[in-house]
Amino acid sequence: MPELDLGFGPDGLDARDVVTAILVLLAALMCFAAGVGLLRFPDVLSRLHAATKPQILGLIAIVADVAVTNLSLGTITLAVAIVFFQSLTAPASAHLVGRAAYRTNHYERSILLTDEFAPRSRPPDSPSR
Amino acid sequence: MIIVIAVAGLLMAGGAVGAIVRIIRGPSALDRIIASDVLVATAIIAIGAEMAINRHTDNLPVMLGLALFGIVGSVSVARFISSRDDT
Repeated sequence: MPELDLGFGPDGLDARDVVTAILVLLAALMCFAAGVGLLRFPDVLSRLHAATKPQILGLIAIVADVAVTNLSLGTITLAVAIVFFQSLTAPASAHLVGRAAYRTNHYERSILLTDEFAPRSRPPDSPSR
Repeated sequence: MIIVIAVAGLLMAGGAVGAIVRIIRGPSALDRIIASDVLVATAIIAIGAEMAINRHTDNLPVMLGLALFGIVGSVSVARFISSRDDT
């Protein structure tokens, strides 16, 4: 394994450095997109859409990057476990946050395309579950 | 490679600053909990980027723990907000 030096060596770039650069930049771009989306989007539901980008795609990119740069069985096992648990827990929490936003009216009804939850939503005086 | 590290650090810092601004300004607690999830995801990505650049795997259990327990805060706050809304 070649010694890592920051900066471009005289004998060009390692292939693993190219993969690392591309995947790290992709994950960092997802982080930046989430920050901009959190600042620019108007309500909770659309901010939820922006927030899931680094949680899934950025995490998959960075974990694949770690697994590629030092390839071993333990690293691949931990990488698969990280992606599995993150993709198991992130949709559950996003679902609960979205439902809480719907129940407490923290969304703009004018920008909704469809509202499939409306016919079954609770009447206003029933106790919330 | 140093240019890539600088650009990636700037992009991650921009995302983290956006999340912190939304935590401070967010009109409801749901906005704040979404922004804190984004902050946790940014921290995970920063830890992983450091590991990938320096080619070691020391912090992979930290990433696993953050991926496992990131759900707790947002789920508990969302359940609490569903029943009682103070904002």
